[in-house]
Amino acid sequence: MTERFQYDNRIVKNFLFVTILWGTVGMLVGLIAALQLVIPEFNLASWFAFGRLRPLHTNAVIFAFVGNAIFAGSYYSMQRLLKTRMFSDVLSKIHFWGWQLIIVSAAITLPLGMTTGKEYAELEWPIDIAITLIWVVFGINMFGTILKRRERHLYVAIWFFIATWVTVAMLHIVNSIELPISWTKSYSWYAGVQDALVQWWYGHNAVAFFLTTPFLGLMYYFLPKAANRPVYSYKLSIIHFWSLIFLYIWAGPHHLLYSALPDWAQSLGTVFSLMLIAPSWGGMLNGLLTLRGAWDRVREDPVLKFFVVAVTCYGMATLEGPLLSLKSINAIAHFTDWIIAHVHIGGIGWNGFMIFGMVYWLVPRLFGTQMYSKKLANVHFWLGTLGIIFYAVPLYFAGFFQAMMWKQFTPDGFLVYKNFLDTLLEIKYAYWLRALGGSIYLIGVFIMIYNVWKTVKAGKLVANEDAEAPALEKAVVISDGGYWHRAIERRPIQMLILSLVVVGIGGVLELVPTFLVKSNIPTIASVKPYTPLELQGRDIYVREGCYTCHSQMVRPFRSETERYGEYAKAGEFVYDHPFQWGSKRTGPDLLRVGGKYPSSWHYYHMWDPTSMSPGSLMPSYEHLFEDALDTTTTVKKIEAMRTMGVPYAADFPAKANADLSAQSAVIAADLKKVGIDALSDREIIAVIAYLQRVGTDIKAKPATTEAKP
Amino acid sequence: MLKFIKHHLDTIAGVGIYPLISFVLFFSFFLLVLLWLRRVSRAHIAHMSDLPLADQHSIQVTADHALDH
Repeated sequence: MTERFQYDNRIVKNFLFVTILWGTVGMLVGLIAALQLVIPEFNLASWFAFGRLRPLHTNAVIFAFVGNAIFAGSYYSMQRLLKTRMFSDVLSKIHFWGWQLIIVSAAITLPLGMTTGKEYAELEWPIDIAITLIWVVFGINMFGTILKRRERHLYVAIWFFIATWVTVAMLHIVNSIELPISWTKSYSWYAGVQDALVQWWYGHNAVAFFLTTPFLGLMYYFLPKAANRPVYSYKLSIIHFWSLIFLYIWAGPHHLLYSALPDWAQSLGTVFSLMLIAPSWGGMLNGLLTLRGAWDRVREDPVLKFFVVAVTCYGMATLEGPLLSLKSINAIAHFTDWIIAHVHIGGIGWNGFMIFGMVYWLVPRLFGTQMYSKKLANVHFWLGTLGIIFYAVPLYFAGFFQAMMWKQFTPDGFLVYKNFLDTLLEIKYAYWLRALGGSIYLIGVFIMIYNVWKTVKAGKLVANEDAEAPALEKAVVISDGGYWHRAIERRPIQMLILSLVVVGIGGVLELVPTFLVKSNIPTIASVKPYTPLELQGRDIYVREGCYTCHSQMVRPFRSETERYGEYAKAGEFVYDHPFQWGSKRTGPDLLRVGGKYPSSWHYYHMWDPTSMSPGSLMPSYEHLFEDALDTTTTVKKIEAMRTMGVPYAADFPAKANADLSAQSAVIAADLKKVGIDALSDREIIAVIAYLQRVGTDIKAKPATTEAKP
Repeated sequence: MLKFIKHHLDTIAGVGIYPLISFVLFFSFFLLVLLWLRRVSRAHIAHMSDLPLADQHSIQVTADHALDH
């Protein structure tokens, strides 16, 4: 019996419009941050500085731009693939407004310096909880829709959505376990090496299960739609799905090669990353081959053009990723702009172009009209492509050559570029070109906005689209009992559980050993907890986002030990909540900065970096000299550390502020000797205390047992 | 690889069996998927890959597609 019902197009339209809105905002912030790297004066205020805007940029493009696009695309495709309206209009609305509220709160808190200091997971704990709740709402709405479907079998796109939902939930919860000390501040429950492993298990799989699997779901729906032909090989898409979710979850440690992470975990990351080439390229070819025999249409249709470049960028990025996880290549690329280029091939190429293609395909259909201008869409396509090239190519060069400069020795065995800054200034041109590429890309987006606006004006929203489909009959007994996979295709809940088991096994086997086993993190007797002043200084370091430009991870290469000092040991970081190893060196590594310069050097340098390093691109941190250190939090912070197992004495919290004042006075007196009249209660004193402490413990006394890096 | 994990987890009795079990699970699952893909009927695959286009009634396209295989 045929049933009549209506698809909810309004929710798709809403999600699609905010995708465009937040995409523009996120890219604009990215452009500002890019300019701040070359014009230090453009860091106009504490809340308008690179260290705070960079997390805003990454969070905005990942969770607001790409996130809303996932919701728009999945709400559109799920209704049609399952032949039913979304489970609940109310849940759809809660999902929509809840997610936008989270985005707005992120846009406010991140510039204010409220951050956990873990990349792509910077949002503080109340927002983390809100994300969890809204994600559950999305899940209920999705599974409700699947359960009331009129099509017995779940198309592969739906599988990708299910895997996305369950894995993101797991990653977000595990990585966000933190101990709050106030509404706006918390500490990661994990420390040092463990924190790093959990963070990059999360970070890598955020790429895998937020930027990749849902977009593959969208690709498997919208590409056949736009090409008006079925996917090249449905069988291949099944292999693509299972191998991707089996393998991806293991690959995280490749972000930590040559770090203080145990060797076995690093190797695990490399092996699984290499294996990932197979399913990734299988998927890419499946997408491109869907267009076989239809290439004449690619020349005509801007939607297909966007999709082709997007899928090609997916192929490029997923070949490059495994190559980057080979240790020899990683040794060169890591910490440089090569990685920035790599992620933008994925971000603005794969995700961006998939989204633009989707926008040009969806908007006319949602508004019952034609696209206002195909010509403008083509202009957008070419500007976007040009933007990607201008963005990425200079950064590939810059990253490679800077790494070469870092590693270059004279015949006598000394570093050719003794001063880190010299290597940075050599590649400054690439930073300008990158900003140019970003601008070109953004101009294309503005043209799209105009085009969409004109289209919307010309049409009228088909808020509820009529549809009809036969009701789903009661499950018939099928004779082919051996076809168990076909049975899974009909059972979403089993699919959910199976996906969870698959990704869960990977997560557990990777994380548990690092947690349970003491021998993985050799204890170093001379490593002691931070003093209260240093702890406060460290929190300011996190707040200002210093980790966005400075690593704290000296790798065991001669070029690095020569430049920075002793390489990093796992046991050094046991009191670091959160770890601050960083992932990019726009400035030098800071692990061995403690004791390297007198306190007065830091004092002048933080006020005006060019006074100590002529030509420096680091912004001034004048507000640290103006703001008094908030000591009301000291006791709570020390108590929180004690809760997490940092060995402060039981009576120490009560004495913490006295200890803090005493140490401040010593630093102020030290500055006084060279004629600096510094107020001992300012934040800068705490920052100096921390910077003078970083990485010094290991020098104190002969270190005990130490495993090889 | 197995050796390293086992070494680090050897405080748990008989822990070596866990990675082995998970490997066997992984591997046999893949084998089953591949086996199933060999046996599955062409009509089912055609039905599945036609799902996104179902609301356009693109029977012609489906017929073309079937010929390709």
